[in-house]
Amino acid sequence: MKKFHVTTTVNGDAVEYLCDPRETLLDCLRDKLNLTGAKEGCGTGDCGACSVTVDGRLVCSCLMLGVEAEGKQIETVEGIADGDILHPLQKKMIEYAALQCGICTPGILVAAKSLLEKNPNPTEEETRYWLAGNLCRCTGYDKIIRAVMDTAAEMREAS
Amino acid sequence: MSVTKPLPHDAAPLHVSGSARYVDDIPTPKGTLHLAFGLSPIAKGTITAMDLSAVKAAPGVVRVMTVQDLPFANDVSPSIHDEPLLSDGTVHYIGQPVFLVVATSHLAARKAVRLGKIDYAEETPILTVEEALAADSRFEDGPRIYAKGDADAAIESAAHVIDGTFEIGGQEHFYLEGQAALAVPNEGGDMLVHSSTQHPTEIQHKVADALGVPMHAIRVETRRMGGGFGGKESQGNALAVACAVAARATGKACKMRYDRDDDMIITGKRHAFRISYRAGFDEQGHIQGVSFLQYAICGWAQDLSLPVADRAMLHSDNAYLLPNARIESHRLKTNTQSATAYRGFGGPQGMVAIERVMDHAAHELRLDPVELRRRNYYEPAHKVAEVQPHEKPLGHPDPHEDLTSRGAVETGTAPVRPLPAGGNTTPYGMEVSDFELHGMTEALMKSSDYAARKAAIAKWNAENSVIKKGIAFSPVKFGISFTLTHLNQAGALVHVYQDGSVHLNHGGTEMGQGLFQKVAQVAASRFGIPLEMVKITATDTAKVPNTSATAASSGSDLNGMAVKAACDTIRDRMADYLAERHQADPSAVTFTDGHVSVGEERYTFAEAAALAYQGRISLSATGFYKTPKIEWDRIAGRGRPFYYFAYGASVTEVAVDTLTGENRILRTDILHDAGASLNPALDVGQVEGGYVQGAGWLTTEELVWDGKGNLRTHAPSTYKIPACSDRPDIFNVALWDGENREDTIYRSKAVGEPPFMLGISAWLALSNAVAACGDTYPALNAPATAEEVWRGVQRMKGGI
Repeated sequence: MKKFHVTTTVNGDAVEYLCDPRETLLDCLRDKLNLTGAKEGCGTGDCGACSVTVDGRLVCSCLMLGVEAEGKQIETVEGIADGDILHPLQKKMIEYAALQCGICTPGILVAAKSLLEKNPNPTEEETRYWLAGNLCRCTGYDKIIRAVMDTAAEMREAS
Repeated sequence: MSVTKPLPHDAAPLHVSGSARYVDDIPTPKGTLHLAFGLSPIAKGTITAMDLSAVKAAPGVVRVMTVQDLPFANDVSPSIHDEPLLSDGTVHYIGQPVFLVVATSHLAARKAVRLGKIDYAEETPILTVEEALAADSRFEDGPRIYAKGDADAAIESAAHVIDGTFEIGGQEHFYLEGQAALAVPNEGGDMLVHSSTQHPTEIQHKVADALGVPMHAIRVETRRMGGGFGGKESQGNALAVACAVAARATGKACKMRYDRDDDMIITGKRHAFRISYRAGFDEQGHIQGVSFLQYAICGWAQDLSLPVADRAMLHSDNAYLLPNARIESHRLKTNTQSATAYRGFGGPQGMVAIERVMDHAAHELRLDPVELRRRNYYEPAHKVAEVQPHEKPLGHPDPHEDLTSRGAVETGTAPVRPLPAGGNTTPYGMEVSDFELHGMTEALMKSSDYAARKAAIAKWNAENSVIKKGIAFSPVKFGISFTLTHLNQAGALVHVYQDGSVHLNHGGTEMGQGLFQKVAQVAASRFGIPLEMVKITATDTAKVPNTSATAASSGSDLNGMAVKAACDTIRDRMADYLAERHQADPSAVTFTDGHVSVGEERYTFAEAAALAYQGRISLSATGFYKTPKIEWDRIAGRGRPFYYFAYGASVTEVAVDTLTGENRILRTDILHDAGASLNPALDVGQVEGGYVQGAGWLTTEELVWDGKGNLRTHAPSTYKIPACSDRPDIFNVALWDGENREDTIYRSKAVGEPPFMLGISAWLALSNAVAACGDTYPALNAPATAEEVWRGVQRMKGGI
């Protein structure tokens, strides 16, 4: 099948790739751009492991086609840290030991960052329901929620 | 010292930046090919015709393989060679791999497998307990029976007798990283296999057999898994073998990962059970005798079903001293996925049944369920005489058998010889000498404010007719050790470099549980150096051979001790050398705070390592450990299968909408025994995650097969694992302040599986809430989904 040329922006960098129109954005990120932070957990938009933002909107990259990224601004887990300086959310996830196998962690960070950008002062319930689309099989979620709530509090104080 | 510190996971900085590599993230050699299986669409039958021409002609397809294309063993079974990689002409469940497609991309392979045209002569599948019993379709020639005293006589003469039968559903592992493997051909026919597996040695063995080469030609490396939970103990064999066979055939690296739906359709899950019970109690609620009839639904191949079903029998006592007990276990063969290891390995199913008995008895006798349980506890911890285990005589083992698998169990028959009644012994004759639950229960009753909350809930239920609340307590006593005694061994390899940095390797695998960090903490503590000086490395069959699976909660116990032994060997060599140089006694050489001191002299650890190197001292050592004191005869049901027990206790409160069955966990309080914890942060993580996963198993996670044997719940859209929004509103988790009474690594206790069974309190709390709707016992099945809770409410109200 004819391949399409896509020009887009990922984590602030202009990138381009050739893709089959049936390939997902997730496959393009992983296989063409070597950005393997986003994971395929289910391929049906139910687990959130492939979460990225597209023009600021939180999406499952397994449900979007690579060709649809044309001209968009994509943000992935690889872009959350500023070089070697970790984002407060990343620091808190480590501090709270809020991960085990770690494969849901990139998606949870992208989703949580997206939440805090929209709502710097979420209630615990709002946080839990916002993250309900990101499955984690290991942790039982408690430390994740506490890490996100604490990050929000710290970022509010700092701003 | 590094041990006991609440440090985060060793790879946490990699995980939060998205740079931690799982098998599917490893950069692949140019020209890597991708694999997918063509699956059987019927549950039982024979292949009559196979036309794969359209598959071969599909875009990107490089090769299509069937059983005829396999050069050597067509076997991925961890036990009795009854699980072919590709169908041998017969099929035994919907989802069985029939042919293999090798293509230029994952997508191309997956699209091509849909094009196979295969005709089958269909037979009637065996899908249920009744059908399996009617056909006498089973593993082993008959049931296993363990007995103590005379259960039937004790029940007959008891003041109160209860009985019942209920279903316990299976469980999908739902490791978020699906099964994956990558095989890279090396020179001279050697093969490097990256596998997401809990058991690299078994992968090595199965790949070697499939390629017709000795094990030394195969190297298996596993840096990490994205969750395992038992689902990667044997279920990764098929992918690794397929990749190796295809890599051998094409000369290219081959990679395979199951898409989520394929993963759920192909791989085994937790065993579903049906359990019948009959128990007798006296007026005060002391159990007199209990009889269990367990039917384990094992699926189409034996896999690890025998030891799983054994462990269900071994946990039929849970925390209770049963004066008379009889446990009969049938292992049924059905045309469904081959049930496999899953966190707890049968223990949870056995434990659910005795907790059901206690709950039912408390309802019948109108006693507080906590009080009734405490009256039946084992005696508190006490000293017992040491008994030396008997070494089993070894015959001539077959080196081609996979001896490192839990499937390599003894089989046979033995007459049932009940153990004598009485004593503080389990139904299999093991003295319980480390029982912690009296103190733990007392502490949890206080910290959870159980009595006051129970009274408040009774008041709420009296005043509210639609939303009913429930509260329940459940204890856990879980046996630690592989029941196949010879698996309780581990090896390690430690190097100290001349700059004082340390390379650490052992046979355990990292699946998120934090094993690598805990073991690195042990190494850092032995050398008295900061943790940053210890490099954690991938599990590698070329570094430590003949490993057991990282399973049975044994990872830290076994590998921690093996690493300690290796570190101590090097440390002693360094101490001997420095003592000699300074004419001091080696015992006076100390390793603390990154320094080595001998008399007045103080070296940095790096200086000491450099000195030892110049003194021509070997700075590399292997370490080995085998668990003492254990022996087990699974046929007779006697011995000491476990080195010790890990304990836990939980209280869960729920609310139920009696009109819909919808429910929520409102609060959970847990006190868990991790001995002297090696790392409280990681251990609490295991407890929280274990509880939520256990509660998920017994509440929302329902596997549904249709009448033809099709699994209808094969994605997260239809199979509901707990989400962030399902976590208890209030979640209080604490570790019991104690230490292991046995001499384990820094007196810690295993913590992988035991907390899973704390989730039983969630199931019992739902039962307690439903019980508020009437006078009878709710008799819920598991999982208690919203539908099952609603049915329970209807039964209580006489509706159905």
